[in-house]
Amino acid sequence: MTRSFIALLLIAVLLALVPFMMDDFFINLCSQILCYALFAVSLNLIVGYGGMTSLGHAAYFGIAAYAVTWLHTVAGWDHLTSAIGAVGVATGTAAVFGVLALRASGLSFLMITLALGQIVWGVAYRWVALTQGDNGMRFPQRPAPFGIDINGAMSFYYFSLIVFAVSVYVIWRVVNSPFGASLRGARDQPRRMRMLGHDVWMIRWAAFVMSGFWAAVAGLLFVYYQKFVSPYAVSLQQSAEVLLMTILGGASTLTGPMVGAIIVTLVKNVASTYVERWNALLGLIFVLAVVFMPTGLVPGFRRLISRKKPAAAPADETATPPAAAPERAS
Amino acid sequence: MQFWLIQTLNSIAFGGLLFLLSSGFSLIFGLMRMPNLAHGAFFMLGAYFGATFMNWGANFWIAALLSGLAVGVLGVILERGLLRKLAGNAQGQVLVTLGVSFIIADVCLMVWTGDPVPVPAPQWARPPMFLMGYAFPTYRLVVLVIAVIAAVLLYLLMERTRLGAMIRAGVDDMEMARGVGIRVSLLFMMVFMLGAALAGLGGTIGGPIMQAYPGLDADMLPLALVVVILGGVGSLMGAFVGSFAVGFIYNFGTALFPDFAYVILFLPMVAVLVLMPEGLFAGSRQ
Amino acid sequence: MIPALEITGLSKRFGGLVVTRDITMRIAPGERRLIIGPNGAGKTTLFNQITGDLRPDAGSVRLFGEELLKLRTKDRVAKGLARTYQILTLFPQDTLLHNVVLALLGLRGERWDFWRALRRRSELFDLAHDALTQVGLGGSGDRLVAETSYGERRRLELAMALAQKPKLLLLDEPLAGLSQNERNAVSALLTTIPRDVTIVMIEHDMDVALAFAEQITVLHFGEVIVEGTRAEVVADPRTREIYLGE
Repeated sequence: MTRSFIALLLIAVLLALVPFMMDDFFINLCSQILCYALFAVSLNLIVGYGGMTSLGHAAYFGIAAYAVTWLHTVAGWDHLTSAIGAVGVATGTAAVFGVLALRASGLSFLMITLALGQIVWGVAYRWVALTQGDNGMRFPQRPAPFGIDINGAMSFYYFSLIVFAVSVYVIWRVVNSPFGASLRGARDQPRRMRMLGHDVWMIRWAAFVMSGFWAAVAGLLFVYYQKFVSPYAVSLQQSAEVLLMTILGGASTLTGPMVGAIIVTLVKNVASTYVERWNALLGLIFVLAVVFMPTGLVPGFRRLISRKKPAAAPADETATPPAAAPERAS
Repeated sequence: MQFWLIQTLNSIAFGGLLFLLSSGFSLIFGLMRMPNLAHGAFFMLGAYFGATFMNWGANFWIAALLSGLAVGVLGVILERGLLRKLAGNAQGQVLVTLGVSFIIADVCLMVWTGDPVPVPAPQWARPPMFLMGYAFPTYRLVVLVIAVIAAVLLYLLMERTRLGAMIRAGVDDMEMARGVGIRVSLLFMMVFMLGAALAGLGGTIGGPIMQAYPGLDADMLPLALVVVILGGVGSLMGAFVGSFAVGFIYNFGTALFPDFAYVILFLPMVAVLVLMPEGLFAGSRQ
Repeated sequence: MIPALEITGLSKRFGGLVVTRDITMRIAPGERRLIIGPNGAGKTTLFNQITGDLRPDAGSVRLFGEELLKLRTKDRVAKGLARTYQILTLFPQDTLLHNVVLALLGLRGERWDFWRALRRRSELFDLAHDALTQVGLGGSGDRLVAETSYGERRRLELAMALAQKPKLLLLDEPLAGLSQNERNAVSALLTTIPRDVTIVMIEHDMDVALAFAEQITVLHFGEVIVEGTRAEVVADPRTREIYLGE
């Protein structure tokens, strides 16, 4: 309790002080990282805790971004209603897609999520009347929650930080709840879970929908930050990028995807100042991560520490089982 | 009338191309139990290679064969160099093929720039053919003939040769295949090479119709996925029927409802998933 | 009296292979029934059809008069069915307590609680501890399954099933792979299970199994060959034929 609590407090203070230590460029970068970190944590609900690898998660992220833009600029709704409506649309899509994708498991699940994601991409790209196609849509003005202006880099960072912290807290609660335990159980031994009376399908579907919901919240942050959304937001590249963050950092831990988001976003931003294209680098990191760090950075690092101090493994950390390399029985 | 005839022919030709793409995809999936997400990139690479070989003076057919060969070799390198290291970790393998597809796509963009590269059809196939008063694009008929020849050859390979028997055994039951002394690792390599080569060949053959352009890989991969979801994993016949079905849906969809072609394309897949998920995925469930 | 388990005309085939052929069986409440038969006799396949892992082609399976075949596995469990697996099916990265808690959650509404921390649910952990104590693992609750011995895992299988307070318990070779000492310990444990639990057991260890069971069913090639009391089955020439004849 005490040690992890102190660590958490330290991180919170550090995060709160970020704007005082950096210039606008880096503050914006940090806002971007928070958005992607939430996106990756949302995906990790199904990938890490649920054992369901999705290659179409950008769909819910991007649908929320498109929907809030459309509702606000075309339909003329106010900011709050648009945001709620957009999250609703994206979560509803996740509910329907979840029913379809969960017809299968394992790699077939992955293929179906990819195909479903491509449908969304096809709509974003081709249905020009709705989405303005390749040109993308502009989101003219950030909202002003409680009348507070968040157009500046610093104020937007704090806005993102609050949304991020609240979201991650809720996800943390879910992961540690009885439902979270059932979700991990369904990942490791689906057959046994059924025989224990659990509704494995419903557990997975609920996790899928939740995962879509939080991806949608991240999508809102994204479009508020960029003030622009294009088909890239729902592309296979985007889905792959967020999956890379999750796997690179270490699925089945809460912090892993955040670390992955930090690394990938930094590399992407640094790389884009030197090379024109990011895709080859993304692909390369993907290959290296899978071949050399199959369980990800955070679990690997944790194993390293616990090997030095075998007694230090905190017993209360149910959210992040040490060395949880689940044998995925599906 | 002309519209329907031409669209029908286009659909058939496109279906033929899809068969070249998805037959290999399906065999690899059936045997190695993993969707090769670099398959679209292989196809695109085939298109670019074809254009380049012809630029260097090769005739169309030589260029097509060389592209197939080159992409096939690339497939072997991918299989031997990376996938085999991840044996038993199907998910890792899939992610690696995805990573490789991004690398290939980016390298293509570097080498051939962002502008589409035309792939010329053979000289004699360029003027249209006239049959019963209607003009037909000759090259589409050529594509159809190639696809049918490829299908027949693949069928013979699968049904009449030792290699084919081993592949069928592996698709049906890997453990049994291992048990009767089939060298599975060699088999994987050969099927991966065959699949990659077919995709590369298909890329050049499809070039005159589609051109080589950045994003061709991302356009083609989902089509292969849909074909396999419709036709079943590891089944040549399924890939054949599925390819032409998707060819028709995609072509007519694009012609009639350009905004929704992509959505229409996936509707049959959704229908299949809702109505009979077990049947179509039975082979890959495990 | 309504039988605890009533199987009628149960049949299942895979292509040309018949794995269950018109099986009919009645098991009285509180009975200890042993199912024996050579490998491939269709014993586990029968269990899988009772639990719903496998869908039979024809027949009926009633639990205290209620048809099970239309229900999903989880709903059968809710009716009071529990089983253990011959091949250990546990959660190896979790503690023994956590394994039993998952079993308890399966029958409780709290499994849809998304908010409150599981580890604060002391009543669940108390119940889990009781179940572990029942099988002699009361002191090992905080150990990871991966760190326990094979014998302890066999007991955990049993604890998870018992924690659910089932009406009908299916035991698939609960002694498989155990040493003689452990066998004696586990079989002694089985005799302590109260009579309001009906038990159907598959077991190869004849000494233990015959001592435990009152009624015995012999399966061969998916078919019931002999059924009766211990003495009847042992004396029946067909039993000898199956076990010694080949």
